[in-house]
Amino acid sequence: MTAVTDRDPGLQPERTRLAWRRTTLTATVVALLAGRQALHSGATPAALVGVALSALAWLGFLLVAHRRVSVLGVARPVPFAPRAALAAALCTVALAVFAAAMLF
Amino acid sequence: MNKIARSVRLWFAPQRIREEGDTPDYRFSLANERTFLAWIRTALALIGGGFAVDQFLPELVWGVRAGLALGLLAAGVLCALRAVNHWVRCERAMRRGEDLPVSRFPALLGLVVAVVAVAMVVVVLFGWEGV
Repeated sequence: MTAVTDRDPGLQPERTRLAWRRTTLTATVVALLAGRQALHSGATPAALVGVALSALAWLGFLLVAHRRVSVLGVARPVPFAPRAALAAALCTVALAVFAAAMLF
Repeated sequence: MNKIARSVRLWFAPQRIREEGDTPDYRFSLANERTFLAWIRTALALIGGGFAVDQFLPELVWGVRAGLALGLLAAGVLCALRAVNHWVRCERAMRRGEDLPVSRFPALLGLVVAVVAVAMVVVVLFGWEGV
């Protein structure tokens, strides 16, 4: 039963893991919208590049989330790394930049 | 300006944060991380809104549509970058035992979203003839 008493009664690691899941789901929706936007005017080479870049940004986000979530499984996880924070934010920014590029 | 440069340097040099002060209770760090994620979700929602304006309001004049979409996208980018900055500043403040940083960003973002929402209502109600 020691494992149970070691656990934070506030379930902070679990809540953080779920927050990562929510964020990944949101990123997925945005990436799907990006793909839809790119393919709007047919499957031209430019559209396919747009889809590929959006998928890349989404995969980058997924990778950051996956690495963090797998570390969060223990009772006292290590702190979040600034580099991962920056990577997640940059993937988000990349999706916005593609969206702006696809407007024109 | 110097303060901004120092913050940006911290984004890229994570070990510098660990050099300062004491490691806070891991629960505080996790709470800070969740706040960061909530801001990233807000940014993603704004960016999704930008996509949605462009895709689901095709009857609008191109200029108005692009303007609204670009406004939302710019807000999303700002929100994402600011999320990293705020997270770093909170982490540093906790390590040094200082007060958490205050910010007028939430108020500004609230105003921008309100303005975009009003603009969207006006455009959808009166903008259809401008095809």
